Amino acid sequence: MSKPHPFIPNSDKSTFRDMLQAIGLESIDRLFNDIPESIRSKAALDLPSGRSEIEVRKYVEGILARNSSTRDIVSFLGAGIWPHYVPAAVEAIVSRGEFLTSYTPYQAEISQGMLQVMFEFQSLICELTRMEYANSSLYDWSTALGEAARMASRVTDRNEIVTPHYIHPERLGTLKVFSSPADIRQVEVAQERKTGAIDIADLKTKLTKNTAAVYLEYPSFLGFVEERCEEIEHLTHEAGALFIVGVEPTSLGVLKPPGDFGADIVIGEGQPLGCHMNFGGPLLGFFACKDDRLLRQMPGRIIGKTTTQDGKQDAYCMALQTREQHIRRAKATSNICTNEALLALAATIYLSLLGPEGLIDLSSTILDRTRYTCEALRKVSGVTAPAFDAFHYMEFTVDFNRTSKKVSEINDALLKSGIQGGLDLSNHFPELGQTALYCVTEVHSQNEIDKLASGLQKIVGTQKI
Amino acid sequence: MNFAQARWEEPLIFQLSRRGKIGYYSFLNDDRRKAVLENIPEKLRRRVPPSLPEVSEIEVIRHFTRLSQENYGVDTGIYPLGSCTMKYNPKVCDVIAGSHKIQELHPYQDPMNLQGILQIMYDASKYLANIVGMDGITLQPAAGAHGEYTGVMLLRAYHNDRNDKARDEIIVPDSAHGTNPASAAMGGYKVVEIPSKDGCVDTDALKSAVGQRTAGLMITNPNTLGIFERDILEIAGTVHDAGGLLYYDGANLNAIMGKAKPGRMGFDIVHINLHKTFATPHGGGGPGSGPVGVTKQLADYLPVPTVEYDGTKYFLNYNKPKTIGKVRSFYGSIAVVLRAYVFMLLHGKDGLEGVSEVAVLNSNYLAQQLRKIRGFSLPYAEGVPRKHEFVLSASTLSKETGVSALLVAKRLLDFGVHPPTVYFPMIVEESMMAEPTETVSKNELDAMIDGFKRISEEAYSNPESLRNSPTATSVTRIDEAKANRPKTMQLRWKVNP
Repeated sequence: MSKPHPFIPNSDKSTFRDMLQAIGLESIDRLFNDIPESIRSKAALDLPSGRSEIEVRKYVEGILARNSSTRDIVSFLGAGIWPHYVPAAVEAIVSRGEFLTSYTPYQAEISQGMLQVMFEFQSLICELTRMEYANSSLYDWSTALGEAARMASRVTDRNEIVTPHYIHPERLGTLKVFSSPADIRQVEVAQERKTGAIDIADLKTKLTKNTAAVYLEYPSFLGFVEERCEEIEHLTHEAGALFIVGVEPTSLGVLKPPGDFGADIVIGEGQPLGCHMNFGGPLLGFFACKDDRLLRQMPGRIIGKTTTQDGKQDAYCMALQTREQHIRRAKATSNICTNEALLALAATIYLSLLGPEGLIDLSSTILDRTRYTCEALRKVSGVTAPAFDAFHYMEFTVDFNRTSKKVSEINDALLKSGIQGGLDLSNHFPELGQTALYCVTEVHSQNEIDKLASGLQKIVGTQKI
Repeated sequence: MNFAQARWEEPLIFQLSRRGKIGYYSFLNDDRRKAVLENIPEKLRRRVPPSLPEVSEIEVIRHFTRLSQENYGVDTGIYPLGSCTMKYNPKVCDVIAGSHKIQELHPYQDPMNLQGILQIMYDASKYLANIVGMDGITLQPAAGAHGEYTGVMLLRAYHNDRNDKARDEIIVPDSAHGTNPASAAMGGYKVVEIPSKDGCVDTDALKSAVGQRTAGLMITNPNTLGIFERDILEIAGTVHDAGGLLYYDGANLNAIMGKAKPGRMGFDIVHINLHKTFATPHGGGGPGSGPVGVTKQLADYLPVPTVEYDGTKYFLNYNKPKTIGKVRSFYGSIAVVLRAYVFMLLHGKDGLEGVSEVAVLNSNYLAQQLRKIRGFSLPYAEGVPRKHEFVLSASTLSKETGVSALLVAKRLLDFGVHPPTVYFPMIVEESMMAEPTETVSKNELDAMIDGFKRISEEAYSNPESLRNSPTATSVTRIDEAKANRPKTMQLRWKVNP
């Protein structure tokens, strides 16, 4: 050590020397001499030299300033990660060092705070989804889907998962990487071109004795909401398969929860519940199941309520650890260890603040904005919104095919007036042509939506329809 | 050794609920809300509102503040949990990550508006690759275990691409982290465990384990005993000669920054735990971030997108025909990557080497003092320095007094010392794996040593007294069995149980 460092208490010369002496060494090199000469680094690392806090802060904030965030511009992007307001109370609690700087609660007696929070989180997820059990988080919705597919395959001893045509491409991609080593195959079920509804006739042909699970996104990736969940559930169970439902949680303030239409496993993305978008991560996967048989196969950490040994106090600790890698090693239900506890804490605070009334209020606001935006965009020459004839929540397709402009051109033009348009779907779903996926939430004001509509009118208005 | 944790006996948030209370501001007027709700198709309507708690904002704040006081973090005190690298998380990293320029950034925005964050991802990747001696990096994995799974899939893609498909085994030492065999098994491999010899990989056992079925070997270096695997080049040679690849579990990287690079040791794939070595807060279990580095021959298989620079702008490259695909949504735990990037800039090239030096010094100082205490020993590799962590055995204490490593751990809580990891690795009886990190002071180490001394005295004079520990924590000793017995198991709160 050349100079003492503020993060390294023993880096001052005298302490450093005292400690070396205490273990009978002259030089720090003696502690590294056992590394064979041939692999010991000769040159310094190829990094800049260390700098002071103020220098680093100026430098990094300077780089960050080159971003235009969704606060600098108005964005209508959703697609798996959504702009929501994060209440100040959430920020205040999640930044408390006792939570922020703690590890996985292996020593339960000194970690009751986080353990109780996780128990509350599991309970809230169960209430939202109307399922019996929930774990204390996975990485994100995509990996939760991968885990759900593997779990369904283990439980049913079958190896096919039926997925909808209009699935989120990131989730489909992740599902493939998670399921291929377990020899699980994806089988696509068609969705009706007009409404987006699962094509029941096609589903019947896809359900076989190999079907481990049917997976439904609710609301769908494109924002429309499947109305025949009961029928899909019935067919799925008749075929001996499990019904996996992926949900966006704010919608459950007003939409029928998957537990009420027979889902066996419910997964989803908890980011809308008090977590920032952070350019895509960290995120908050959640995972719930409906009965004891499934519980034993569930991936991830689960917290249980118990008492102290003297029976006098309520207490919390990790439960069912024999499913986990640190006990079961190669036979664990998953390799997951680190999860998203801090984001689960944020979601717990968020849902506690909102309560049932607040959540219904939020869902209703989003529905109100969804309807308003669709109506406003339909008035733009040549634009259809949504492209599917169905009930939509928060997200919807905007069909520009009759404007003779490409989505990419439209988005470039919008960006010039400080608007980030919706996600271009032309690569993911070519049959939709020039269509984009738009998202509105409680953060969008009527004024901003009107500005989008008038901006679009300007861009496409000169075109003959 | 005066330590007392808050003891609030705080009810569940649900139990604080009272009909009609709110902790939010309404967004919508009643008429519009009614209209919206009536517009939902009958079939899709939620009949019964979710039973969420109804509490005001101040009640929420007090509830969670009290719970935070019943939790222990690095900010509270020493946290020498082995293999977890619980070091100080610099506050400036959190402050910078609190900017809307990262928090309110959407991953699908036009790259024109993302040049700052893409540059940070690009530079962070470059620095990390240099530290571990790899050529390509993906920042996507959300955690160490997720990095392992990604690494195993890369290894699989490599063998498949060479049409070398008979390889179905991954070798791990018996001292490996549990995630290693779990990740290998998830990746479709049969796990072959090999024994250790004097705390290190038994090279003869390795030689007889490798063959045409060997896809790879997963190890960490220094290993979980904190001992540097001196025979690493021979190990690498054995695995490579058999046609396998070498995977580096980066959980122990804090020992060797600037001193040695996994790339030079012969590793092909490396994961890095940013929430360990690079000081990002672990949040009570997560978030983490587990970037994976690879050598040139594996770079084509990395998940999409990778972050690249064309001389004028940064961009996300999806055009990788041999990619394994996606391992998660979007591009990784970017808010965590940003913090790690700030940490690297603060320390710089010399500073990071200093981090490893003091981490190793603290570990050896602690090991030398603790091993002298009656009942404790430092098994294996006598005279060989430990690196950032070491594994103490309480086996003598346990045999002579009946006081197990678990009881030692529980008693340490009373002194405000978070105990070392207990009962891992399994090759040491009554093991206590301690990793003090570079951010602990000598005073704290000495207090921890005093705690061990006192526990040893108590064990030899009045072992029964230790069975009541802990008493200074928010709850006394917990009945964990009850939480797992089907009849008493409670995994959620219910309005009407």
